[in-house]
Amino acid sequence: MAEDDRPLSPHLQVYRPQITSVLSITHRATGVFLSLAAVMLTYWLASAAYGPDSFARAQAALESWFGRLILFGFTFSLFFHMCNGIRHLGWDLGWGFDLVKLRMTGVLVIISAFGLTVLSWVMAYSHVGKL
Amino acid sequence: MSNTPNRNRQLRSKLGRVRGLGSSHEGVHHWWAQRMSAMALLPLSLWFIFSLISLTGSDYVAFQSWVSEFGNSVFLVLFLVSMFHHAQLGLQVVIEDYVHSELWKMGLLLIVKYGSVLFAASGIFAVLKISLAG
Repeated sequence: MAEDDRPLSPHLQVYRPQITSVLSITHRATGVFLSLAAVMLTYWLASAAYGPDSFARAQAALESWFGRLILFGFTFSLFFHMCNGIRHLGWDLGWGFDLVKLRMTGVLVIISAFGLTVLSWVMAYSHVGKL
Repeated sequence: MSNTPNRNRQLRSKLGRVRGLGSSHEGVHHWWAQRMSAMALLPLSLWFIFSLISLTGSDYVAFQSWVSEFGNSVFLVLFLVSMFHHAQLGLQVVIEDYVHSELWKMGLLLIVKYGSVLFAASGIFAVLKISLAG
C-alpha cells in the first residue's frame, strides 16, 4: 500500500452524530481553543511585567465585549475539557465503558460544564457588585 | 517454530514486549505524560479560576501584590508549566491525526513544540519579574 493511501483518522462527516462522538470532538476542539487561552494568559502576565500602562491596555482589551466573549468561551472550554477529562481518567481506570454509563457521564459533563461556567461568571460579577 | 496452533503466536518481538514498546516504538510515555499533566492541571485550574474570580476589578497594584505572594507565584509557574506541557502533547496528537502532508505536519509540530516552550518561558519570566520587583 502506498504511503499516501494508508487509512488515517476517521472522516467525522460520514457518521451520524452521537453524544459519544460529539463530546469526543468537542474535547479536542476545546483543547485546541484552550491552547489559545494559555497564550492569552502569557500575554496577560507579560503585559503586567511590562508595567502599569501595558497592563491597563491588556485589561481594556479583555474587558471589551469581544474580550469578555472570548473569556466566556475560554471558561466554558476549560470546564468542559476538565469535566470530560475526568471522564477520560475514569476510562483509563477501566470505569464507565458501558453505553448506559457512557451516556450518563456524557450528559453529566455537559450539565456540569455549563453550570460551572455560569456559576463562575455570576461569582465574578457579584464580586465587583455588578449583579 | 513448532506446528502447534497459533495460540501463543505474537507478531511483536519478545524484546519489544519486555521494553513495553508498541508499533510506534515509544511505549506509553506520551500517554502517561498527558495523564500526569492532566491530573496536575485539575487542582491548578480550579485554583486559577477561583483566583481570577477574586481578582475581578483589581487594579495593577492589587494584581502585582497578588502575583508576588509566594504561594501564588509558585502555583502560577506550576500552572504555566503543566498547561503548556499538556497543550503541546494534545496539539501534537491533533496534528498527527489530521495533518496528512508530511511537510506541513513536521512544520506545525515544530511550531507547536518550540512555541509552547517560548510562551511557557515568557509566562514564567513575567511571573518572576512581577514578584521579584514587588
